[in-house]
Amino acid sequence: MTRPEIWLLIVLSGAITFSHRASFIMLGSRLRLPPVLQRSLAYIPPAVLAAIVAPALLSNAGPSAGPFDVRLLALVGAGFVAWRSRNLMLTFVAGMLLLWALTWLLGRG
Amino acid sequence: MIRLSPAAAAGVRDVAPVLLGVMPFGLITGVTGAAAGIDPLDMVFMSAVVYAGASQLAAISLIGASAAPWVVLLTVGLINLRFLMYSASLAPWLKRYGPGARLLVSYLLVDHTYALSVIRYAKEDESFGRRDYYLSMGVITWLQWVAMTAIGAVLGAALPDQLQLDFAVPLSFLALLVPIVTTRPALAAAVTGAALAIVLAPLPYSLGLVIATLVGVAAGTLTESAVARRAATRKARS
Repeated sequence: MTRPEIWLLIVLSGAITFSHRASFIMLGSRLRLPPVLQRSLAYIPPAVLAAIVAPALLSNAGPSAGPFDVRLLALVGAGFVAWRSRNLMLTFVAGMLLLWALTWLLGRG
Repeated sequence: MIRLSPAAAAGVRDVAPVLLGVMPFGLITGVTGAAAGIDPLDMVFMSAVVYAGASQLAAISLIGASAAPWVVLLTVGLINLRFLMYSASLAPWLKRYGPGARLLVSYLLVDHTYALSVIRYAKEDESFGRRDYYLSMGVITWLQWVAMTAIGAVLGAALPDQLQLDFAVPLSFLALLVPIVTTRPALAAAVTGAALAIVLAPLPYSLGLVIATLVGVAAGTLTESAVARRAATRKARS
């Protein structure tokens, strides 16, 4: 993507996001959210985040070709930290440290 | 010296501890953007304009994976659909303010400014300065977000490749995903979304992501109905 294309994409993303934010605040009771949609909203984050991360789990092995996929191992470890701590920064730091440690120990696979 | 109204000062007090918690998120988003090859300036522009972390991370990863622009827009729109809900919930509290103030409130709407303000509004009476309370939180949060992504983006771009910072992309999604999968319907949504995304990965333009998300959301909603139905039968039996 060229730079102007990326900026246009950012502006359009911002416009869509703003339209959601402004919807009811600006238009008030003239809008109504169907109950089914309202219930579904809660499941968008788990569905979309899982859909983004899952293919990366399998294909993000990068240049590694050995018996150990260091990235997959590091993600599993970070997932455990995320599950126990529910802390974003801790998970992030643990995942990066694990990746570096595993890379150092096992090489790039 | 700027003199804050009592409500605005209360907003600053209430948002400060929350900001300490969200600051790393901005930093991580900036680093992730740099790792995906996005220019720091573009990252800052995105933070200022889109101003919604999870959707920015999704956009970054999709742009990095050369997804079609409409897939990026659709994904951002889906992730940010929750703002419709927040907007609906905030609207009755802000009816007395003019369109200018309400536009600004809308632009600055994020998870915690929403949560803090509706909790506070419910406790206070009609005379409470709702606009000042909200806007003081909103402006500080926005400045913090733009500044933290800028720092993260510059830092990420300056660090050497040996650090494998591109790992930040899947890692940040995992860190967002795991803590929200706390109920059975949420688990159903996540597992369905993940499985379909893997199966449909060969589809062009990251189309698989869109289908996987929509089916995952349907799975979550259906599971919620099933869980509720079962609880109702159990209650009827006992």
